[in-house]
Amino acid sequence: MAQQEIIISGFGGQGILSAGRLLAYAGMLEGKNVSWLPSYGPEMRGGTANCHVIISDDPIGSPILNSATTLMVMNGPSLDKFENIVESGGIIISDSSLVTRSPKRTDVKVYEIPATQMASDMGNLTYANIILLGKFLEVTGIISKEAFEQALRKVLPEKYHYMIPDEMKALEAGMKY
Amino acid sequence: MGEKLLMKGNEVIAEAALRAGCRCYFGYPITPQTEIAHYLAKKMPQVGGTFIQAESEIAAINMVYGAAGAGARVMTSSSSPGISLKQEGISYISGAELPAVIVNIVRCGPGLGGILPAQCDYFQAVKGGGHGDYKMVVLAPSSVQELYELTVEAFNIADRYRILTMIMGDGILGQMMETVEFRDEEEIIKVDKDWATTGTEMKRDHNTITSIYINPEVLEKHNQKLQAKYRKIEENEVRVETFNCDGADIIVAAYGTVARIIKNVIKMAEKEGIKVGLIRPITLWPFPVAAFEKYSEVPKAFLSVELNAGQMVEDVRLAVNGKRPVYFHGRMGGMLPTQKEILDKIKEIVKGD
Repeated sequence: MAQQEIIISGFGGQGILSAGRLLAYAGMLEGKNVSWLPSYGPEMRGGTANCHVIISDDPIGSPILNSATTLMVMNGPSLDKFENIVESGGIIISDSSLVTRSPKRTDVKVYEIPATQMASDMGNLTYANIILLGKFLEVTGIISKEAFEQALRKVLPEKYHYMIPDEMKALEAGMKY
Repeated sequence: MGEKLLMKGNEVIAEAALRAGCRCYFGYPITPQTEIAHYLAKKMPQVGGTFIQAESEIAAINMVYGAAGAGARVMTSSSSPGISLKQEGISYISGAELPAVIVNIVRCGPGLGGILPAQCDYFQAVKGGGHGDYKMVVLAPSSVQELYELTVEAFNIADRYRILTMIMGDGILGQMMETVEFRDEEEIIKVDKDWATTGTEMKRDHNTITSIYINPEVLEKHNQKLQAKYRKIEENEVRVETFNCDGADIIVAAYGTVARIIKNVIKMAEKEGIKVGLIRPITLWPFPVAAFEKYSEVPKAFLSVELNAGQMVEDVRLAVNGKRPVYFHGRMGGMLPTQKEILDKIKEIVKGD
């Protein structure tokens, strides 16, 4: 891996920005160069959120992505907006509980996971983003489970640390799906 | 160096200010820099400092005037329209020769404009948005690590010269998270602020902080003193990064976020057999004239890439002084140039004669 360029996109409140932060933090703990850039512009006011994450062996130039090696989407409009900028040979991970259509691209690897349904079955909807990240970890292999768990400890406020064992179960469920 | 942390640019500015010994912050919220005030509202009281959310930007800059006059290390932050409101205070503080730090996380204008990244306040910052013959040192970081290092440095420069120092970033730098490594201890210069209005205790004559000099002879002398100080800063405080310039076909001038985009363009151009250099001014004032003079024999041309209608390009032209053509490429309104569009512009210049 030289550089992973990841766009995560969905509605505000789905944990889009925190999913990106977790990836960036874990990447940093793996000794990589990382950047995380949230959308803060007018589109955020409309309820959609996305972030650009770069995890790289080399120093990072621009933190703004014009194309992505991985796209993770948690709603339909995000797939419509970003599907075409995924590089050929890249990855699309989609929450099929919420994204009703399949990606049209045939030159990328597509993983459709009913993450919101799975999270609901686990008793906590907020695990949906973690389930999708599990698939990303499994497919790319650039972040270890251990680094991810450490990132959870760094990113989550201490009062939520009791959730970490369940978050790790969600991660594994995503990896295995 | 300590532990590596992943932090937002705006929060790093605030943390750096605390580490630099800043104990007074006065500000008024505005996107995209409000995290600075947010962070300091929590942390400033913990170190015994003073945080005030002022009733307006004008109030905030005048609080800065007062605290700086009393010898405190003081900062305010805002974004473009708010910085416009502060201009009167900026001119007064400059006239009174007080040290302070101002952060401008620039958004796009004119007017209320929009909240997305821009570099349209270059003229206002380096040519003087307020009235009178004054200068501010203007620092333009391009990474979160540099936001930290230059914020600390801004306080040192301000104290060393009794001058306003501005950190100028944009929404991308303020909002993005990147790795930052803080030093265990900061190198903070200690200056004797024997001019500060700290109370005479009846042991000395009182100090006066003012920018009014009614007598023209006195005011001209005061201005000459200011100008002499500015020449000294031009000699000693220029900061610049030159990257890939030796043997380059064309040299791009860019600062802040845009310089990061250019570093990606340099790699793309290399694959097409074009060597592109980058001169990245870190101090926008004093402008790194010598770096441009050094490379003024570059075979093709210079290209200034900015998030505005063409502002720094004027200083590039002055520095290059007609020895080579100087081209401009810019985007406005919060739009960013893509790497491909900049590469196309470079190819057009390099291939044409």
